[in-house]
Amino acid sequence: MTTTLTATEPTVVTGIGVLAPNGVSAEDYWRATLAGRTGIGRLTGFDVSEYPVRLAGQVDLDPAGRLPGRLLPQTDRVTRLALVAAEDALADAGVDPAALPEYGMGVVTSNASGGFGFTHTEIQKLWTRGPQFVSVYESFAWFYAVNTGQISIRHGMRGPSGVVVAEQAGGLDAIGHARRNLARGARLMVTGGVESSFDPWGWVSHIASGRLTTDDDPATAYRPFDPTASGYVAGEGGAILVLENESSARERDARVYGEIAGYAATFDPRPGSGRPPGLGRAARLALEQAEVSPADVQVVFADAAGTPELDRQEAEALVSLFGPYGVPVTAPKALTGRLYSGGPPLDVAAALLSIRDGVVPPTPSAAGEDYRLDLVTGSARRLPVRTALVLARGRGGFNAAAVVREFPSTQRS
Amino acid sequence: MSDRITLADLRQILVESAGEDDLLLGDIEHTPFAELGYDSLALIETAALIKQRFGVQIADDAIAGLATPAEVLDLVNGTLVEAG
Amino acid sequence: MSRRVVITGIGVLAPGGAGAKSFWELLMSGRTATRRISFFDPAPFRSQIAAECDFDPAEAGLSRREIRRMDRAAQFAVVSARECAADSGIVFDDVDPARIGVTVGSAVGATTSLEREYLVLSDTGRNWLVDNDYASPHLFDYFVPSAMSAEVAWAVGAEGPVSVVSSGCTSGIDSVGYAYQVLQDGSADVMVAGASDAPISPIAVSCFDAIKATSPRNDDPEHASRPFDRTRDGFVLGEGAAMFVLEEYEHAKARGAHMYAEITGYATRANAYHMTGLKPDGREMAEAIRHALAESRLDPSEVDYVNAHGSGTKQNDRHETAAFKTTLGRHAYEVPVSSIKSMIGHSLGAIGSIEVAACALAIENGAVPPTANLHEKDPECDLDYVPLQAREHRVRSVLTVGSGFGGFQSAMVLRDPREGDR
Repeated sequence: MTTTLTATEPTVVTGIGVLAPNGVSAEDYWRATLAGRTGIGRLTGFDVSEYPVRLAGQVDLDPAGRLPGRLLPQTDRVTRLALVAAEDALADAGVDPAALPEYGMGVVTSNASGGFGFTHTEIQKLWTRGPQFVSVYESFAWFYAVNTGQISIRHGMRGPSGVVVAEQAGGLDAIGHARRNLARGARLMVTGGVESSFDPWGWVSHIASGRLTTDDDPATAYRPFDPTASGYVAGEGGAILVLENESSARERDARVYGEIAGYAATFDPRPGSGRPPGLGRAARLALEQAEVSPADVQVVFADAAGTPELDRQEAEALVSLFGPYGVPVTAPKALTGRLYSGGPPLDVAAALLSIRDGVVPPTPSAAGEDYRLDLVTGSARRLPVRTALVLARGRGGFNAAAVVREFPSTQRS
Repeated sequence: MSDRITLADLRQILVESAGEDDLLLGDIEHTPFAELGYDSLALIETAALIKQRFGVQIADDAIAGLATPAEVLDLVNGTLVEAG
Repeated sequence: MSRRVVITGIGVLAPGGAGAKSFWELLMSGRTATRRISFFDPAPFRSQIAAECDFDPAEAGLSRREIRRMDRAAQFAVVSARECAADSGIVFDDVDPARIGVTVGSAVGATTSLEREYLVLSDTGRNWLVDNDYASPHLFDYFVPSAMSAEVAWAVGAEGPVSVVSSGCTSGIDSVGYAYQVLQDGSADVMVAGASDAPISPIAVSCFDAIKATSPRNDDPEHASRPFDRTRDGFVLGEGAAMFVLEEYEHAKARGAHMYAEITGYATRANAYHMTGLKPDGREMAEAIRHALAESRLDPSEVDYVNAHGSGTKQNDRHETAAFKTTLGRHAYEVPVSSIKSMIGHSLGAIGSIEVAACALAIENGAVPPTANLHEKDPECDLDYVPLQAREHRVRSVLTVGSGFGGFQSAMVLRDPREGDR
């Protein structure tokens, strides 16, 4: 039995808001990504010299300047970034939320680490000064639902909303759940993920994954699908997208970037089962749902974990689905670091821009010949892109896949 | 610890409690908190900062009853005088 | 929607007793499980009360390795998942693992373990630059709470869609609602779904102290949680978990499973008003209720029991009372409404699932739990809140609601599956 969604009409993307380490708008990010410009550098904000990992992908923006003062005492950096990305996505979509039915618009985001820096400040006050010094805003500034809540309040969106967590894969699950809400009656969803947790306690928590590279060269530290890969670089930021039913986009005469044509999530077999991981299965299910065959896919945006074993597993899944060197594969996240819930929505944004511009961005840090993949290394590759597959994995065994497809313009010309 | 709280002190605390806002720039002493955009949460934070800086505990049920900055100043300075 | 969703297994870990059976007995007895906090010295805190679980992970069947790597909330989730699986009689080996999924709701994830780790790494808060050398190998799995759902997936052998749902204090309804929608969509045939939170830690207690949301009735912990009572003064923090086996109806029928309840409607709305505050008119909750009833094709007059959010804060109890009146009309005054938080406290993200368990057991047992400690109703809360004593009552359709920080309001309708096809 295949996965079906009771979709009555296509789900289209009409707005993109990006805050990435290598660009603080969608177009900025896209230019940097096509040029192979990295956003990875030495972590600033505190002295990292005593820590075994020193590189991070940081967003070069103080979001405070883009927000009303009233929001600042109650928000962590992660929420400020999410609010700016959401505002940009809505502006890009040309949406005036006040002009649309409030219960028809919802917000679904993913978030893996909450407002961690905010909590670090407050928990230190608690233990050094006492409970009465803890901010009233701690009660919601740090939890995983904060970005969804604040976006919904700021834009008056009262429809079906939610928050999912599945480490990095959660970023696609949010898009999948937003699409489910559209199929069930909403007309517009703000979705995606934004992450930021680079205070010292957050930093040590990232390091504890055991999967971060200790390399110090920003250009090569995170080199997925390279035989010498040594781990990933953690990043902050992400992307917020505006998803709509086709009829909603048409009614607004909106510009459409493309369609979310398929989505599926799977989980790996228990450790030690000896059976293959579930990433390939997620990809197959998403393609089935989109009713496209692997031959119809022009590019894969890979999860690209950056450790040899995980890269090999992903490559095997791709080879089994597309054949050896069967499809161009790229991982622009090598230029931003892994953004956890922010990563997959950013990849979906990149896939949509690839479709728009007929060009696939490169993975400059990778060599890749050991994995029988047609990895787009060196520089961007011109090719018409009609359908892209976006893959994501989360630590613990989470897999998700989305099919992003070109969509005939709904705009009246 | 200061022996009395001034409007300037309170303005600073209000900014810390709920952020910079043009509404706080004018003559706010007799402006209702609701008009300044202060909800119950912001006032609880304001009361907590007053406790931390001036040592005056505003009772839980009194916080919601404080309508303007002037009322806060009167209450806090009244308590400080008594304590002094 | 052609695919129907039924609850075929229940696992509950709540204050006052482990297991669904003790949980139901506690609710029927009307006893409260709130007490002075024993996990740490609560003296410095405004609210010194909580509903704690007396939980011994080894006795609950967890291995030493599981105990070492899992936060308390993850332990709760796994123990409850095993209970609901056993209760459902499902043999997971007989089901294609790709067709089994998991959702675990949690508002605050592994906050207890994070705080413990923080104290070690920071030398009890002294060092802002925390010491990496002392970090636990499990720190990342506390940092990112989806590890909880991975643990449950391993416990039951799920290989379908797996995730954590973390929408604050509605996480427990929303997690079950998410699983219900996944089953309806056809993305799985079996979902092990529910929620868990173990937030009784100094940082969580001080969060709620700061906003004065929790009860300071420290001299009388057993009677501190007083939903709808005129003298209520905040909620009492709790902990716990409930997990369910949810199955597509035909799948459950084919294996001859016992069906506790059918989930027939679910909706969540955002109030877009305030991260913690509620407008007194209960408009968004009413909207969620209306939608859940409509999805169930249920007339408001057919609701036999309302499981209220009933947190015991001044604001909430009026807010939802207004929402019940808006949506149920005259029937709001006739239908029994109760809050089990009066007995087991408010376990944040977990409570919504624990309340779904109470609803399913109310259908199963033909009785509704009481609202403990309700001696004198708030004049603005003038419904039948089933004060003090449980009541025998035929329950064919039940409405359960939740409300939480972030501005979320959720509603779910469950029906007696023995009522036949609609």
